[in-house]
Amino acid sequence: MKTRLSLNQKSTLLSLVLFGVILLVWQLATLPQADTVAAGVDPEYAALMGGGGATAASSFPTPAAMGQTLWDKLSDPFYDNGPNDKGIGIQLAYSLVRVLGGFFLAAMVAIPLGFVIGNSRVIYQAVDPYVQVLKPISPLAWMPLALYTIKDASASSIFVIFICSLWPMLINTAHGVANVRHDWLDVSRTLEVNPLRKAFRVILPAAAPTILAGMRISMGIAWLVIVAAEMLVGGTGIGYFVWNEWNNLSLTNVLFAILMIGVVGMALDSVFGVLSKRVAYQE
Amino acid sequence: MTSPLSHPFLQVENLARIYPSPTGGDDVTVFDHVNFRIHKGEFVAVTGHSGCGKSTILNILAGLDAASTGNVFMDGREVAGPSLDRGVIFQSHALMPWLTVLENVSFAVKSRWPRWNKQKVCDHAMRYIELVGLKGAEHKKPSQLSGGMKQRVGIARAFSIEPKMLLMDEPFGALDALTRGVIQEELLKICAETQQTVFMITHDVDEAILLSDKIMLMSNGPHARIAEIVNNTLPRPRERSAIHKQPHYYPIRNHLVDFLVSRSKQFGALRDAPDATSSPTVFDPADLLESFESTQPELNVVPAPPVGKPHIHLVNA
Repeated sequence: MKTRLSLNQKSTLLSLVLFGVILLVWQLATLPQADTVAAGVDPEYAALMGGGGATAASSFPTPAAMGQTLWDKLSDPFYDNGPNDKGIGIQLAYSLVRVLGGFFLAAMVAIPLGFVIGNSRVIYQAVDPYVQVLKPISPLAWMPLALYTIKDASASSIFVIFICSLWPMLINTAHGVANVRHDWLDVSRTLEVNPLRKAFRVILPAAAPTILAGMRISMGIAWLVIVAAEMLVGGTGIGYFVWNEWNNLSLTNVLFAILMIGVVGMALDSVFGVLSKRVAYQE
Repeated sequence: MTSPLSHPFLQVENLARIYPSPTGGDDVTVFDHVNFRIHKGEFVAVTGHSGCGKSTILNILAGLDAASTGNVFMDGREVAGPSLDRGVIFQSHALMPWLTVLENVSFAVKSRWPRWNKQKVCDHAMRYIELVGLKGAEHKKPSQLSGGMKQRVGIARAFSIEPKMLLMDEPFGALDALTRGVIQEELLKICAETQQTVFMITHDVDEAILLSDKIMLMSNGPHARIAEIVNNTLPRPRERSAIHKQPHYYPIRNHLVDFLVSRSKQFGALRDAPDATSSPTVFDPADLLESFESTQPELNVVPAPPVGKPHIHLVNA
């Protein structure tokens, strides 16, 4: 008898098939090639250049090598053998601390400011041109200014995160606050609710889904930016790790770092996914 | 009913709402010369066509909107801004969707009595939730409730703050006929129990007759005003299922329908009179019955505008 698969089962199956196909293509692309050495090249010269031997392995890691690296790195993520050899857990922790630091500083500025802007048409219009000009600036463009004024590499990268997280949260908060349904405000007016209680019990929950959407966008951007920022300032963090491994010509480690950046980014996003579900309401 | 000699609880004097013309021409006067009084414990319904400014009047009474000219006095004090003394039931129910039924009502109770402790607030809110028959649904969110249940929560919330006066803007306009009937009867009962003073806007003639002591009819805008007032003396307690058997029911009903269909337009002539003042014609059911019987061969047919009856002429017109 034929049993029907549920939607979830089907998509899981397809996901696994895709994974298999990717591994297969990867394996085929990195197969050791017998004729790596082009005809007509002196074998001795080829050997000097590091491509010697009849069966030169590709310098791109094979899935098996990748799996080995994954296992090794993840089984000991927190070792520290000096500035250029730290476990992946430590590097990610550095990056996360910077991202969360910059992000929360930005939230502390953007959400109250967004409240003020969203509550007043005049302030909204007065501030809007500044936001429109500052918003499209690549956060990394602030780096020289930050390094010059703050004079500390790590603090500068936190500042860069701060500046890139600020705009989506500010704009969304202002938008959410400005668009709270009039009925709810009328209710609180007829109930003579004081301004502070109105802000926390009516406007904040009403605007929370919009504010949280802004925070989610900010966090996404912050995680993108931290990698580039750490490549610039160096020292610690996942961005620095990627750059360091590139200098080591260890593509396996670079690939591994890419995978970790993706996984952490996904985890951060899903935290905000859970939070937005919690504050969501259905009218 | 309160004696007409007693000091009116709510007094509205010469209310008008004028909007500056968007094109720079003459100003638009939505309504003017609006005067009426509401006594304590009285249930007053207002009806009229859309655009005559009924909702604006209600919002002015609530303190949510300001009049261009005129004054509103409640209990001897001028109305300036919203107050817990006047509860409002919104047509769109205006419940906060992130709060449960109990939290929605408690929010109002806590606003009215900020010093009360949690338990007292909760008990008080529950009393009104039970009053509207929503016991058992108090922990549901508004999105889990039907339209009728949501409006019941709105009613519970408005009554829970024990306001001196209740303002209702087409409270049942968005409900289906069956639900509307049930909630109207509940409202009737609650109002009788609490002796609540009510000002209600409605488009439903039957609803006005069932619930109110006095029905104010507004002419069409611009320059809308209260053209007629019908004293609804049908005996209480009233029941939806039996009220149409009252001898005065159809005369009143026909008078109202007739106003909305034809007479509401005819007041244009009145407003053009330079010395037009503001007293509406007052009708009593007995008069209406008389004209009803003389013009009406059978029930349920809208009579032609009553002509030549002495009580039809407009006072001061």
